[in-house]
Amino acid sequence: MMMRDTVILRVAVKLLLPVILMFALYVQFHGDYGPGGGFQAGVAVATAIILYGLIFGLRAARQVAPPGVVLAMIPLGVVIFAGTGIASLLLGANYLDYSPFAHDPAHGQHYGILIVEIGVLVTVSSTMLAIFYAFAGRNRELADDETDGADEEV
Amino acid sequence: MTQIASEVIINTVLLLLMVAVVIGIVRLRNLFAVVMLGGIYSFLMATLLVVLDAVDVAMTEAAVGAGISTVLMLSVLGLTQTREAVPAHRPIVPLIVAVLVGAALVHGTGTLPDFGDPNAPSQLHVAPDYIERAPRETGAPNIVTAVLASYRGYDTLGETTVIFTGGIGVLVLLAGGRRRRAAGSGGEDSGVSST
Repeated sequence: MMMRDTVILRVAVKLLLPVILMFALYVQFHGDYGPGGGFQAGVAVATAIILYGLIFGLRAARQVAPPGVVLAMIPLGVVIFAGTGIASLLLGANYLDYSPFAHDPAHGQHYGILIVEIGVLVTVSSTMLAIFYAFAGRNRELADDETDGADEEV
Repeated sequence: MTQIASEVIINTVLLLLMVAVVIGIVRLRNLFAVVMLGGIYSFLMATLLVVLDAVDVAMTEAAVGAGISTVLMLSVLGLTQTREAVPAHRPIVPLIVAVLVGAALVHGTGTLPDFGDPNAPSQLHVAPDYIERAPRETGAPNIVTAVLASYRGYDTLGETTVIFTGGIGVLVLLAGGRRRRAAGSGGEDSGVSST
């Protein structure tokens, strides 16, 4: 299943990865204007790192996105989202009403949408990655460079 | 009019291809090929969603359905056998149930409003309100984003929490299995690979 010896795949993936990540950022921050948002950007980021892991090995992917960080990001996104709601409560508005985040309510909505979409991105991308790490870590062919089973936290 | 006709042709071709893929999935016993056909099915579905102007759903389908779940299925195949066992009996009852449910769904579509009908009930309930208010109140030209993240922020927070819960659940299940296997029972190991 590992194809680390295939030059064409390695070069093609190296060329594709920045495009995928740029597309994810575009979908994330252009979500106000075009289709997309945090969920789509999150799965695109996860896809990019999974593709990297498939071609260059699980160990390389774990260096790019360490399992500990990925695990911490799963609840972090929910905290960002829910915390935005608490912030609007503290500013005197209803829960998840973003209007008080700026002088102009429409600008406040804009900022609020950006922040909660980042929360969605963080949780979605890290959940997908953590599940991939968990499955791939059990797979002897995928994790063939993992000689020690002790560090299989995820 | 020609645009509508070409859309009908594109939809028909895509749906026929999806039917062909499903027949292939049902008939094939090689699970590696089945997983690949599942990815192809997801890409066809994503293309169909693009034709239906649901680009964000199409992106999700392509990334999750064709990308991530195909990879997860392949890594599962590394743990199990790659050939499906021939069933001991011919599953007649599930076939009857599937045909009946399919017939009921096809019958039900007859009473649905036309696709994109501006007078459909779903377009007349809260949609005009959102279309009127969203650009003024949120400044977001994409009303879908405004509805998802702002007006229906509670729902999206709930969805994010569901993803969080689902991810944690999968991780706990997989970690529990590994701990039992690490405890060193060979029978457990073979049990894991056969399921």
